[in-house]
Amino acid sequence: MSDMRILIIEDDRDAAQYLAKAFREAGHVADQANDGLTGYDLALEGGYDVAVVDRMLPKMDGLTLVGALRKQMNETPVLILSALGQVDDRVKGLRAGGDDYLSKPYAFSELLARVEALARRGPKGAPEETVLRVADLTLDRLSHKVTRRSEEIVLQPREFRLLEYLMQNAGKVVTRTMLLEHVWDYHFDPQTNVIDVHVSRLRAKIDRDFDAPLLSTVRGAGYMIRDGAR
Amino acid sequence: MTALGKLFGATAFRLALAILMLSAIGAGVVLTVIAWQVISVVDREIARTIDAEAKGLIDAFDTAGIRRLDAIIEARKREPGASLYLLTNPIGEPLAGNVEQIPAEVLLHPGFLPIIYRGSGATGRDREALVGVYILPGGFRLLIGHDLGDRARIEAVMVHALAISLVFFAALGAAGALFVARRVLKRIDDMNTSAQGIMAGDLTRRLPVSGSGDELDRLAEGLNEMLGRIAVLMEGLREVSDNIAHDLRTPLTRLRNHAEAALAFGGDAAAYRQALEKTIEESDGLIRIFNALLLIARAEAGGDLGPPQPVDVGEAARSVAELYEPIAEEEGLALTVHAEDGLKVRGNHELIGQAIANLVDNALKYGAPNKSSAGAWPKPDVVIAAKRAGGSVVLTVADRGPGIAAADRTRVLDRFVRLEGSRSRPGSGLGLSLAAAVARMHGGTVELEDNRPGLRVRLTLPAAPDEPAQPQAPAELVLNDRNAG
Repeated sequence: MSDMRILIIEDDRDAAQYLAKAFREAGHVADQANDGLTGYDLALEGGYDVAVVDRMLPKMDGLTLVGALRKQMNETPVLILSALGQVDDRVKGLRAGGDDYLSKPYAFSELLARVEALARRGPKGAPEETVLRVADLTLDRLSHKVTRRSEEIVLQPREFRLLEYLMQNAGKVVTRTMLLEHVWDYHFDPQTNVIDVHVSRLRAKIDRDFDAPLLSTVRGAGYMIRDGAR
Repeated sequence: MTALGKLFGATAFRLALAILMLSAIGAGVVLTVIAWQVISVVDREIARTIDAEAKGLIDAFDTAGIRRLDAIIEARKREPGASLYLLTNPIGEPLAGNVEQIPAEVLLHPGFLPIIYRGSGATGRDREALVGVYILPGGFRLLIGHDLGDRARIEAVMVHALAISLVFFAALGAAGALFVARRVLKRIDDMNTSAQGIMAGDLTRRLPVSGSGDELDRLAEGLNEMLGRIAVLMEGLREVSDNIAHDLRTPLTRLRNHAEAALAFGGDAAAYRQALEKTIEESDGLIRIFNALLLIARAEAGGDLGPPQPVDVGEAARSVAELYEPIAEEEGLALTVHAEDGLKVRGNHELIGQAIANLVDNALKYGAPNKSSAGAWPKPDVVIAAKRAGGSVVLTVADRGPGIAAADRTRVLDRFVRLEGSRSRPGSGLGLSLAAAVARMHGGTVELEDNRPGLRVRLTLPAAPDEPAQPQAPAELVLNDRNAG
């Protein structure tokens, strides 16, 4: 993943510094703002691929900030961070114009994966590709056909969606909770290794009979599909 | 404030006094009106008597002249209990009578008026009388008066009666006010004492209720209900803090120990790395417990779910089953779903899904029969069934595991309860209680039953009210079906 410009709007300076450092180590450029107004001004100046916005901020709270950005037709992808644990918090955050939502405390690998997924999504409304390709693996969204080296692979509907989501994010880490959210539409922690089992089944179908594995496990983070994995 | 001051300051006391004063004024007005009426009747009677006597005397004057009148008056004034008489010539010099000093202007105009006079006897005391003045032909003036001693006596009786009744009112009213005030004060003091006790921390105390059903009782009952609710909430809070203390301390201690051990014993980079990984793993577990606890606590406090949406329980069950199916296969269990269509409830999709997931997770963890007796047991299925029953949607998750003894069934719904033999398995011990909390948030229940053998968990949720039928969508589905077939 080549470098992205990330704006961190977080009033806890320690947390912001840690995030900025971690993003830089992951190869990105990160700027910080410690209050809502500064953050808003920086975001409006533009040029950021993603903004990470804390929900509780001095001077202008996170949700207001996102709403104000959207009113200014600024479509910078926003990930909202929140320490609130209300059941409908996520809904509120997304309704305010956020693109993703993560509650504190979080694993940095989770945040990084989500931020990278947001940045790659590109401008809203762009037509989605109907055929996804990774190396010799092809997924046709219209005919629901998956082939590898022109051999058809039969997948269950859920396996198809799993693979589709992985291939949409090819080359990027996809965490277990991201998979649960996008493939099963659940946001809770299943407390077991269910996702791992589903992924290993999928892997058995797409990788077992081929010498070059595509789907790899990223230790401590999640999964990634790409050309020449291992 | 002294006890007496408190008594006099009491609202009840002041109210009783005000009522007393009003009734005393009323009694005074009634007595005064009666007295006034009686006196005016007496006055009219006296005037009539005077008029009758004067008529007789004037007749005598008309027929027999002044000498005869003089003689009659001289005779009459000697009779016992006589009226007052005075006969004067036209220039006001007395000719006959028993009245000596009288203001001259009294005789100028005819008519009735009250005067003060002094009798002709030696006992010359000023007395009050009502007199009638008549002018006879030739300018002679005749005055006839009646002593008003009777009227004064009646007045005295009335004043006396008024005084007695006022004293009576005052005494009775004060006593009544004291009685009412002390009674009310006593009950309010009792309530206050109870309230002090409750504030001091004894939440089991309640305000006393006399049983008379009066307004103070109703107030006490209302407050007692409120106290009951507060006690339940406090109990919940206390339990949460107890559980947090107990079940967060254990993993926190473990976390600390790992970190400490890594520092103390050192080692190579790999050892440090392992210690850090362990630390992160432990803190993730802590966060999970913390989130579950918060959710349960909120459910028990009657927290909000956000806007309720229609949730298809059958759909949720199928989706959870599909999610867990690979795990079941790993455990050597068959996971099947029998769900009716259109099992709609209103609530939070996320939470209901999580509750079902917890039940299924639980069944998969503990649902495997003992290996030794496996042959004797029925097929080790985990069966999810969902159907409509009356106004409810009932979802059951049944396993063929060892089950739970009847005595333990309600206990496992409590937070953190993990029965013996399950402690070695992963899990926070919050799965079932979280499902129960989600059910409560939606106005439903979680019950545990015997699956003979095994455990059956029954999740009951109130069904969503029927929505207006939409004939379009099903028709289209049928068409598609035919096309496909």
